[in-house]
Amino acid sequence: MIFAAILAGGTGTRMGNVEKPKQYMLLGNKAIIVHTIEKFFINEKFEKIIVLCPKPWIKHTKDLVSKHIGQNDRIEVIEGGEVRNETIMNAVNFIEKNYKIDKDSIIVTHDSVRPFLSHRIIEENIEFAKKYGACDTVIPATDTIVESIDNKKISSIPNREQMFQGQTPQSFSILKLKGIYNDLNEEEKEILTDAAKIFVIKGEPVYLVDGEVNNIKITYPYDLKVANIMLKGDYE
Amino acid sequence: MINTLYRLVAPKLVEIDYDEVNINDKDIIVRPTYLSICKADQRYYQGLREPEVLAEKLPMALIHEGIGEIIHDRSGNFKFGDVVAIIPNTPVETDEIIGENYLTSSKFRSSGFDGLLQDYVVSSADRLVKIEGDVNYVVASFSELISVCAHAIDRFEKFSHERKDRIGVWGDGTVGYIAAILLKISFPQAKIIIFGKNEEKLSYFTFADEIHSIKEIPADLTIDHAFECVGGQKSQSAIEQIIDHIKPEGTISLLGVSEYPVPINTRMVLEKGLRIYGSSRSSRTDFEKTIQILREHPEVSDYLENIVASIFKIRTIEDIHHAFEKDYQLNFGKTVLIWNK
Repeated sequence: MIFAAILAGGTGTRMGNVEKPKQYMLLGNKAIIVHTIEKFFINEKFEKIIVLCPKPWIKHTKDLVSKHIGQNDRIEVIEGGEVRNETIMNAVNFIEKNYKIDKDSIIVTHDSVRPFLSHRIIEENIEFAKKYGACDTVIPATDTIVESIDNKKISSIPNREQMFQGQTPQSFSILKLKGIYNDLNEEEKEILTDAAKIFVIKGEPVYLVDGEVNNIKITYPYDLKVANIMLKGDYE
Repeated sequence: MINTLYRLVAPKLVEIDYDEVNINDKDIIVRPTYLSICKADQRYYQGLREPEVLAEKLPMALIHEGIGEIIHDRSGNFKFGDVVAIIPNTPVETDEIIGENYLTSSKFRSSGFDGLLQDYVVSSADRLVKIEGDVNYVVASFSELISVCAHAIDRFEKFSHERKDRIGVWGDGTVGYIAAILLKISFPQAKIIIFGKNEEKLSYFTFADEIHSIKEIPADLTIDHAFECVGGQKSQSAIEQIIDHIKPEGTISLLGVSEYPVPINTRMVLEKGLRIYGSSRSSRTDFEKTIQILREHPEVSDYLENIVASIFKIRTIEDIHHAFEKDYQLNFGKTVLIWNK
């Protein structure tokens, strides 16, 4: 069975964070998160699409789904965790409670703020996760990556040919992901916030799926402007 | 949902574009899989159309020959994973007399609106024909072109008299080849006679009963009916030869597209009582017939696979350019794209 987890943020209760989370802002005529959910919803390979969002936004998210996609039992909106991996594990726990997981069960995790995802990327994530147990979507780094351990001076400049920028989806065998996550101690869980990273640390291979430059993450107001220009086009 | 389109914005310039798609209960979402380049697409790509036409039509996603897989359908017509041929002709009205492909109001993919170079194609159920059974997808990728020939043959049956002993096909290109094969299986008793110029191309027509070079047609050769699949300025000499060799009351099916007006010897048309009719594009019925032929006549599918000149896997925009450039150099045959962008 194949599941999708749309990661739409943690609890969202950070002090002073009164702004509407980016995934609920409009891109074209719909909230960004709706565009992203729809990409997975149309692909009937997914048994269930689990949307993980801050608790206060659960009802709002359900309303959006109902309004734009309609009533259906393939989308489940539940609460996310404090950090990314916790959010993913909430999805895993939900799946475990409701389905019988086996070695072929996989989860495709994706940022809710990457609505420009392509069909090929989704399909290759499914293929690689099934085949290898874990994969991450990346694009070759275009800028030179500079490492600075003390944040003051360069400690090294890695070979750009070997550098990639991580995108999502990140996809995993559910049984493997669970096993590795449960092996972490509390401190590791605190530090290792990226699911692919815990695989790498534990010596498990994570294969690369070719991403796309346009699979952008809408993080800042600038990104949203870019995304709206991308959507509206400009040939005048 | 945001759909990604790969639109030609100027000759040889393809750019990524995005459209907002609303998912509803009527529209069906199809993932294009096997596509084929048509000469009409090539004319847009190379900028060979009039500047005013390009200015009016572009930006536009090219390609109108192709099949795909059903990704999403809430209408209940298809199942997830069903393979379908995509009908590019899209009527906006119905008419009891006039065929859907002749209604001036009908739209056409990669001509009046976006073609198949998209992440997903959104379509209504009536523009999709399910492909079942053992069908070669590479060949099915140009089922639109096959359906155009099937349509011409359907009209031939309607417009021609019963005596069909000798049918002549002028043109040694792809359309001539496909039309001739379909004639062969539609009229197994008839002799199919090919008239062409290029020996290399004519060597593909192994199924034909006779092959003649247009420069050496025996003076006493006769045919009952003819198909003109030449097009361009050469249509004129082809039609001239047809009129010379066709028997009285024969029919002439015009399939070759010409950008120029073509003079016709009307005196002899009158004298012989000929019927000349045109055919263009195709309808749903022609697609259904085409898919049926590909399923029931594996030998036809084999013959058609022989004219596939190249198959390109498309993962990048550069791959699209590469395929169009290689196709442009082709003398004969079809270029197929395996869409994985």
